[in-house]
Amino acid sequence: MGARLTAALLTGRVAAEVSRRLGRGGGTVIAGHLVPRIDPAALTKVTGRLPLGSVIVSGTNGKTTTTRLISHLLGQAGLRALHNRAGANLVTGLVTAIVKQADLRGRPRADVGLFEVDEATVPAALLQIRPRAVLLTNLFRDQLDRYGEVHFVAGLWQQAFKTLPSDAALILNADDPLVADLGRERPQPPLYYGIGDPSVGISEPPHASDARLCGRCGTEYSYQIWFYGHLGHWACPACGLARPRPQVEAIGVTLRGDRGTDVRFRTPGGDFAARLALPGLYNVYNALAATACGLQLGLPLDTLRQGLESFTAAFGRLERITVGDRALFLALVKNPVGFTEVLRTVLAEQTTGPQARPETATPGRTLLIAINDHFADGTDVSWLWDVDFEGLQGRVATVVCAGTRAEDMAVRLKYALVPPQQIVIEPDPSRALDRALAVTPLGETLYVLPTYTAMLEVREVLQRAGHVRGFWQD
Amino acid sequence: MADDALTLVHLYPDLMNVYGDRGNIIALQRRCAWRGIELEVVPVSLGDRLPTTACDLIFFGGGQDREQEVVSPDFVSSKGAAVRELVEDGTVVLAVCGGYQLLGHTYTTVDGEELAGAGVFDVRSPPGPRRHIGNIVIQAELDGEPRTLVGFENHSGRTYLGSGCQPLGRVLTGSGNNGEDGTEGAVYRNAYGCYMHGSLLPKNPHLADHLIGRALRRRYGSAATLPPLDDTLEERAHQAVVRRAGKLGAVRSGAW
Ligand SMILES: [Zn+2]
Repeated sequence: MGARLTAALLTGRVAAEVSRRLGRGGGTVIAGHLVPRIDPAALTKVTGRLPLGSVIVSGTNGKTTTTRLISHLLGQAGLRALHNRAGANLVTGLVTAIVKQADLRGRPRADVGLFEVDEATVPAALLQIRPRAVLLTNLFRDQLDRYGEVHFVAGLWQQAFKTLPSDAALILNADDPLVADLGRERPQPPLYYGIGDPSVGISEPPHASDARLCGRCGTEYSYQIWFYGHLGHWACPACGLARPRPQVEAIGVTLRGDRGTDVRFRTPGGDFAARLALPGLYNVYNALAATACGLQLGLPLDTLRQGLESFTAAFGRLERITVGDRALFLALVKNPVGFTEVLRTVLAEQTTGPQARPETATPGRTLLIAINDHFADGTDVSWLWDVDFEGLQGRVATVVCAGTRAEDMAVRLKYALVPPQQIVIEPDPSRALDRALAVTPLGETLYVLPTYTAMLEVREVLQRAGHVRGFWQD
Repeated sequence: MADDALTLVHLYPDLMNVYGDRGNIIALQRRCAWRGIELEVVPVSLGDRLPTTACDLIFFGGGQDREQEVVSPDFVSSKGAAVRELVEDGTVVLAVCGGYQLLGHTYTTVDGEELAGAGVFDVRSPPGPRRHIGNIVIQAELDGEPRTLVGFENHSGRTYLGSGCQPLGRVLTGSGNNGEDGTEGAVYRNAYGCYMHGSLLPKNPHLADHLIGRALRRRYGSAATLPPLDDTLEERAHQAVVRRAGKLGAVRSGAW
């Protein structure tokens, strides 16, 4: 086997070990930088030896949950996935993954490669990994200061696909015109997934859509229904470009608030029903994406159903933690559409299903919203004005605003008509958590909604108090 | 339409709506409502005509390049002249980023395509070599008083002012119009253009009230004054940005 590859992987391991001992979290970015300097083809070589090939997952929202869900489905089928850490989704993160999950001869200790990849890293990842399948979830405005515009990212992907082997499968969200359109010119038809149950849709257009204009002719799309941001049943009235018919479809969806979701799936291999522990329509998309990917990898329907039902989210994207006599619901927020959906889920519990507590028992929810403006959060907080906070009016008791942009958040809430006396500004995450817990009634839930770096801070506070495991032990 | 209402025309709300610019509309609506003033918001988009008889305020936000290319010909051919007349007649206008550029003489996209504007402001916006991204604080003069304005800029176009308009203010932190002459924005009669997102008006309630006050006086005469509101939260957010911008320093720039 290649001596150079062995040398590269060994160097990577040493760097990772040193950084671990120095307590730099598990983030072994150094290994990711060193390895390609010794063997630039290390990533290609190791992933090329995976018996079942590799899958690349990208998109604005849902890529972490989707990747974890696929990994879980593979586990149900007795297969091992070589995967990168959540959030370590640049090329350095992919390289670190092979350092940790291959032996020194470069033989992977896994059956399938499963890589969550940052939107702008997709071209580089495709060149180095040569995947059997590429799964794209959706494309929303996210940290516009970093990537510019959704069309810019869509263009990057379109170009990158030209380097894909023609037998590589594309797994695409049919409900997102920006994503679905990428399959138009592929030699092999993509595997599309989408939601087919109009009862969970919205008949009003979202106030800020990221995909108004037809990708082929520039005319404004017309929608029959919207599900989540600009995801829905779309068509161009001028040129006839329209939502492709999904092969994997959610034909029946029952949202059970933050207690989960019942979904009936239609697939080429038959229909099945599953009770998901994951709440919210956005997780129905994640479940559909993972199901489509599982089918592409040849997993049986029964395995998929069992895997979907036994999966629970973790890692701050969506977590339930018990803190003394109170519950804590932690959900990452990072862009307008995602934040709006999280709020929908937070507010849904009160009104859905017969098990919901009577309104009188809960005068209103307690929220902690932590907004940071560091690079990983997006340095521009303007996006808060595109989130629909208006639904909170009359349904919250207290909202504690934390983070480097706590004051911006407070003003946003005031203009969503949350009474100023219910708004507390406490930038420090530790003190904010104390104050929020203090005003959460015993037995009730505190909803904690942080941006990315604020989530790390909140988790650190919880970890010091012994409520959650270390972030990197995940 | 009620006789005592103000009318706000929101230009292309479906296409020109990046960076939370709708916060400006929300701010104007709320600050009118809190004083018992009715503000009717009229969306005007592709193919629509501008309601010129009852138009007190116009808002024109920023858009992505692709949307801006679609908006430009429609705006210049069917609305530009009407907006120019309304501005000459004293109508209050706030235009941010893409909207600001389209109210100038010309705007050139990143791809090098020159788009015509309405010529309300005597400004031109050629593309720049780098993108200006970051918190921005400027010193402006509103109703004869020096006031700071805070926001977030994100633009690659550089805007240069001619002699036919005044800058909105001088840059304290950030790049402003072009990163060279220290100016930010443009003012002509009651029309204001700038690069400040954030959203701009919620964190600069004095500017929001300045615009509402102008519109009110134009319609109801000089006796129409605005009762003050409790702006404690807004003022805290404003001061927080001033501190944050000072701490983070000058503008960060991207390669694209
Ligand atoms: Zn079309």
